[in-house]
Amino acid sequence: MGDILLKIEDLAVSYTTDNEKVRAVNGINIIVEKGETVGLVGETGAGKTTIAKAILRLIPTPPGKIERGRIIFEDKDLLKISEHEIRKVRGNEISMIFQDPMTSLNPVITVGNQIAEGIRIHQKVSKAKAEILAGEMLEMVGIPLERFNEYPHQFSGGMKQRVVIAIALACNPKLLIADEPTTALDVTIQAQVLELMLKLKEDFNTAMIMITHDLGVVAEICDKVAIVYAGQIVEFGTVKEVFKNTAHPYTKGLFAAIPSISGQKLKRLHHIPGLMPDPTNLPLGCQFSPRCNCKLECCDELPSEDIYINENHFLKCHLYAQKQKEG
Amino acid sequence: MTEMLAKNNEVKNKVKKQKKSQFKEICMRFSKNKLAMFGMIVIILLIIMAIFAPFIAPYSYDEQNLKRSNMLPSRQHLMGTDNFGRDIFSRIIYGSRISLQIGFIAVGIGVLIGGTLGSFAAYYGGVADNIIMRFIDVLLAIPSTLLAISIAAALGPGLTNAMIAVGVGTVPNYARVVRASVLTVKEQEFIEAARCIGVKDHNIILKHILPNAMAPLIVQATIGVASAILSAAALSFIGLGIQPPIPEWGAMLSAGRTYIRDYWHIVTFPGVTIMFTIFSLNLFGDGLRDALDPKLRR
Amino acid sequence: MSKLLKVEKIKKHFKTSRGLLHAVDGVSFELEEGKTVGIVGESGCGKSTLGRTVINLIPATDGKVIFQGKNITSAKGKILNNVRRDMQMIFQDPFSSLNPRMTVSEIIREPLVTHRIKFGKKEIEEEIDYLMETVGLAPRLYNAYPHELDGGRRQRIGIARALALNPKFIVCDEPVSALDVSIQAQILNLMQDLQEEKKIAYMFITHDLSVVRHMSDEIIVMYLGVVVEKCLAEKLFKRQFHPYTKALLSAIPNPDIDVKKNRIILKDEIASPIDPGLECRFAARCNYATEKCFKETPYLRSIEDYHFVACHYAESL
Repeated sequence: MGDILLKIEDLAVSYTTDNEKVRAVNGINIIVEKGETVGLVGETGAGKTTIAKAILRLIPTPPGKIERGRIIFEDKDLLKISEHEIRKVRGNEISMIFQDPMTSLNPVITVGNQIAEGIRIHQKVSKAKAEILAGEMLEMVGIPLERFNEYPHQFSGGMKQRVVIAIALACNPKLLIADEPTTALDVTIQAQVLELMLKLKEDFNTAMIMITHDLGVVAEICDKVAIVYAGQIVEFGTVKEVFKNTAHPYTKGLFAAIPSISGQKLKRLHHIPGLMPDPTNLPLGCQFSPRCNCKLECCDELPSEDIYINENHFLKCHLYAQKQKEG
Repeated sequence: MTEMLAKNNEVKNKVKKQKKSQFKEICMRFSKNKLAMFGMIVIILLIIMAIFAPFIAPYSYDEQNLKRSNMLPSRQHLMGTDNFGRDIFSRIIYGSRISLQIGFIAVGIGVLIGGTLGSFAAYYGGVADNIIMRFIDVLLAIPSTLLAISIAAALGPGLTNAMIAVGVGTVPNYARVVRASVLTVKEQEFIEAARCIGVKDHNIILKHILPNAMAPLIVQATIGVASAILSAAALSFIGLGIQPPIPEWGAMLSAGRTYIRDYWHIVTFPGVTIMFTIFSLNLFGDGLRDALDPKLRR
Repeated sequence: MSKLLKVEKIKKHFKTSRGLLHAVDGVSFELEEGKTVGIVGESGCGKSTLGRTVINLIPATDGKVIFQGKNITSAKGKILNNVRRDMQMIFQDPFSSLNPRMTVSEIIREPLVTHRIKFGKKEIEEEIDYLMETVGLAPRLYNAYPHELDGGRRQRIGIARALALNPKFIVCDEPVSALDVSIQAQILNLMQDLQEEKKIAYMFITHDLSVVRHMSDEIIVMYLGVVVEKCLAEKLFKRQFHPYTKALLSAIPNPDIDVKKNRIILKDEIASPIDPGLECRFAARCNYATEKCFKETPYLRSIEDYHFVACHYAESL
């Protein structure tokens, strides 16, 4: 049990458009320890990006609204501190990298200067010193120093993402939030970038929240994983626990739906019937029950609560709770 | 089993009837936009005014009464009289006929010719694109008002010639707008999909490209009506196009400018009318573009 | 069983301001009725261009496409029209591959009307109903617009459109890449069912090796416009000969945490295929490249029973 770096308590976020209320996040609890990598896995619309943006207060309010919850980072509640203070946190203590490297970089500023800019905002150093530090970051992500003064369009997708990582890590943040950082990249390039992230994680001991829909990436790089569904965490635990001891029907469904690369080839993939519920009209009981094939009577009426399998693994499921009681 | 089939059929039939009310849906979307509705109502009123001018106008547009010239607004002459003693209010009402005709027909000519040229250039690309666009460039090098003037001068005075002149003056603009729009839409995958199914070129342009490229064109066209009215005014200003005593708002505006200091009403009323018309057209155009876009949520 | 489709040394080159871009440089394969050939590669390898060239969306620069015994390479006019009925395509992006101003039924109706498959309003409607049901679209979506639906349903519309002409061959260009995992499984199952029922041959283009393994009978691995390895699907996963295929396979993050990770990291990034010389196109990134690799083109050759590789040193690696 290491030191707790970030603690999200009962976070709920909604968006109001016209007369509809989209409940994007509905009461989630996450703990990230120092140096640990937590994966947030879920499909489109599950709410993962909203959670990430909420941490850095990047959600526009209107139309967004933080309904309730606390995000405790080093004894501060990030949702309550002033705008001035949160700006000191962004890019400095908590950094974020986004999915599309093509649009994350400013096309009219050289890559070196983009890194240096980040350094100068948060550290009191001269322009010259910032440039030296930026150059070191470039080399650390595997880009030759000679390319300091080149512009983003002169780099390929994979290299652009490395620059984005360099900018994010330039101030040695304690926590890095990565929103699908390799989804837009080719497989072999993705492998390079993931290797880089692993290495940097070790060198800097940065904690990371890795948002992805790819369970393979989670297996590679994460220590713990949270499965997000309809704005809730339906299963959470160490990667080993969740992957080998999968408990929630949705998680099981996800694993079964992936065609395997090793192992036996199935004739037909298992698929989870139906779609994720409409976030403007969430079901009363367990969010997954309309699609679940092993549900009990109470599942449609009672919202499910966190059930602990062991200290490294919990999930939200009535059926499991019942099985546990029966012993 | 047959119950389910029957239910299925019921659903299908209900849903199919829904299709015809798509037009209703567009109208509904449009009606939610208050400003656009305002614009549309004003335009409808103008059109009614134009059609029923002889019944609405208290006087004829060329009825002169030199004893009552330059009179300020009064009960007998709601907008006063001009320097020939003609009732300005009546002239504005009759003038709506002229201005609206020029506006819509000139833009119609521009959109038809310019739009066709632009979509051809964009769809076929290559040499055709080059030839057409270089021709357009030549036209663009001349300011559209000057172009209209030269054509009007060549053709001679009169309403029809004014419409042609103004219309041709707008062709280069629409050609460019449509070309840019079509180029964007052409890159979309569904165009490739249409070719893959075997849809013929002319159908691809008509059914797939143009409906999706319409939005910028609609906005341009409504602004175009406004600027066509202004162009016509410019033409009358210098004696081409509409000839007196036919009341054209722009002509009234220019004729009244010498009296602006003492008889403000001669210039103000036509000016305000032009402004109001243009404003309403813009609101209507914006609203129409938004209503036609199926992707915008209500 | 006679071959439905024979593609012989197909080439597609594009003229660019920087030189001649060799997008596809001599790809050959054969396909039987009801079978699937998977084309695998990363961005820039030419797989999408290959798909479009085979069904005549873009004319080939060289090579032959023989469909049902007839040479249809760069066909035009009436022949092309007939080809369209037999060879169709499912596109990658469920957002941009559907006309946003057409409803579901209008999209599916269009191929029927264009080729006069059915006459009479009633017959056409029945056919649309049938197609919607076949791909799993609820009847209430008849007048829905694409933007009202999720990616999975949109892709089903694309499949229904492709099926409308009853084709014998469908090029599937990354049909599930933009979809979530659980929806992906639904669509893949649907495509398999359709193949079994209607005996449609697929050319399945993807960058995802696990998906291609699931769908294909035979797999072709492409790199910068050329085929680097070709063999039956299962064989490829048991043993790979080309260093690129090995690297590709090892690069995939595997959700099975018991499998040991033996990642091969390649040098640099994919180069651009403009005016390539005689060298092996993979040489610049290959960890095993020798001088020979930079001078001589490795041609596709047979290394085992129906297993082809384009590498000078395939046996020894």
